[in-house]
Amino acid sequence: MSEIVQNLDWSPLWISLKTGIAATIIAFFLGIFAARWVMKLNNRMKWIVDSLFTLPLVLPPTVAGFFLLLLFSLRRPFGQFLMIHFNIRIVQTWAGCVIAAAVIAFPLMYRNARAAFEQVDMNMIYAARTLQLSEWIIFWKIVMPIARPGIASGAVLTFARALGEYGATSMLAGNILGKTRTISIAIASETAAGNFDVAGVWVVVIILVSFGMVFLINMVSHRGSNPVERWK
Amino acid sequence: MALQVDIKKKFPGFYLETAFEINGGCMGILGASGCGKSMTLKCIAGIETPDEGRIVLNGRTFYDSQKKINLRTQERGVGYLFQNYALFPTMTLEENIAIAIPGKNKEKQGTVQAVIRQFRLEGLEKRYPSELSGGQQQRGALARMLVHKPELIMLDEPFSALDGFLKDVLQLEMLELLQQYEGNVLMVSHNRDEIFKFCDSMTLLSDGRGILTGSVREIFEMPKKMEAARLTGCKNISAITKIGEYQLLALDWNMILNTREKIGDHTAFVGVRAHRLMPAWENTGENTMKIVQDGYTETPFERQYLFRNAKDENSSRIWWIADKEKFTANGEGEFPPYMKFPKEHLMLLE
Repeated sequence: MSEIVQNLDWSPLWISLKTGIAATIIAFFLGIFAARWVMKLNNRMKWIVDSLFTLPLVLPPTVAGFFLLLLFSLRRPFGQFLMIHFNIRIVQTWAGCVIAAAVIAFPLMYRNARAAFEQVDMNMIYAARTLQLSEWIIFWKIVMPIARPGIASGAVLTFARALGEYGATSMLAGNILGKTRTISIAIASETAAGNFDVAGVWVVVIILVSFGMVFLINMVSHRGSNPVERWK
Repeated sequence: MALQVDIKKKFPGFYLETAFEINGGCMGILGASGCGKSMTLKCIAGIETPDEGRIVLNGRTFYDSQKKINLRTQERGVGYLFQNYALFPTMTLEENIAIAIPGKNKEKQGTVQAVIRQFRLEGLEKRYPSELSGGQQQRGALARMLVHKPELIMLDEPFSALDGFLKDVLQLEMLELLQQYEGNVLMVSHNRDEIFKFCDSMTLLSDGRGILTGSVREIFEMPKKMEAARLTGCKNISAITKIGEYQLLALDWNMILNTREKIGDHTAFVGVRAHRLMPAWENTGENTMKIVQDGYTETPFERQYLFRNAKDENSSRIWWIADKEKFTANGEGEFPPYMKFPKEHLMLLE
């Protein structure tokens, strides 16, 4: 057992963590932005856009992978355009890992952010406006702190989901050791090759990492906790 | 110093149409729940937009549907005290006040301290709104609202979240605090006592429509309109038929009443306040009714009776409120056989 751990290439761990963090940051801001945008739409548009934004959560990740490949493949116009004009390649690269994970995890951030924003008492915002505060200050200093518990739990779930992403990632980014092989891809390919002990080590690692990260974020986001009394 | 409001706004199943003017001092908007009082304030603050009309404060046009002017809430800068005070829950009292002061954080401290003293909030600076009592929250919200010196402040049911003794004390405190304020005050309430205490003039809203505007004392004395009488707390109102210039038949009470004032062509109702009725132990003739009791409740200092015309079982019940002390002092604690409707207290209503 110790031999296996000693000879293990640890790169999937670092790639998973980097991917999880990068995808969470992207989904965090996109999710908040999307939540704000959807809230301002009229009712019918709201339902349509909301359903679209939630699709990655309910569809098999391979469907997202399919569409992402359709978009970024070097044989498709947009992929070619990126390659020729910006020398950017998404397929079979770490950027692919991040994009796949961000797309899959995005609905969790979006939905949590929206639920949190919708809980904010409109009178708080009206009061802030009569106090002549700018919309920017209202958003960052008043709305975000009130919505913080919801936003934080959205971020935790987003990270957890991004960390474990497999389906879309394997299609878009593939399985290149040291480049795009994340822990979940390592588990799949080691198991497929019959290396249950190596796969088992990765299983233990991902459980520990996931639990540790979620625990940590929970602790940080509840420290100096929100003084508003919550339902117990 | 003046605020002119003349607005219309349509909602599904509801139409708001109100027009009034304040020239300094405090104006009240009195109306039942859901009559459009708060909506009027929201239109003035720029939180809601009317369909048409005009809102002007001290020569500054906030809204004018013809000239297509509609200033943002921030540009209007009027003070608004919300029913639940709307202190920001994630900020301490100090931070709540500081955020309303423009400028750098360091420069704010002096002002914050001064305001905290003025509103007697010393020692509560570091508390969160959830750790403050209702009265403290209210003073905090007032302080926050007044630091940027608005030309108009609006109070939306300021005491509805408070009760009993505390309410009386806080009303007195708020009256004192508002005396130092020189701009216009607009206060909304469903409570006639509050409006009477605070306001010089008032406008009455019923079902979204302004029905009467004028001096508070005059309206309470002579409401002129049936809805106005009801809103100012008149419990006994009857439809009438005019018999002569000074005589009418109160249909709901089945009683002929003589009036002191001349009955106009538009008069359709007569009203009499419950505590203005006079008990009588014999038939005194004019405006006296033989009665039977038909209900009773009491409050600590009053007896509230319901009675009806003894001659007519189908007549409506009439309220009579008697001061306990006075009533027993006369040695006549029993229910009287007759009730007199004093001429001088009959209100002729349209």
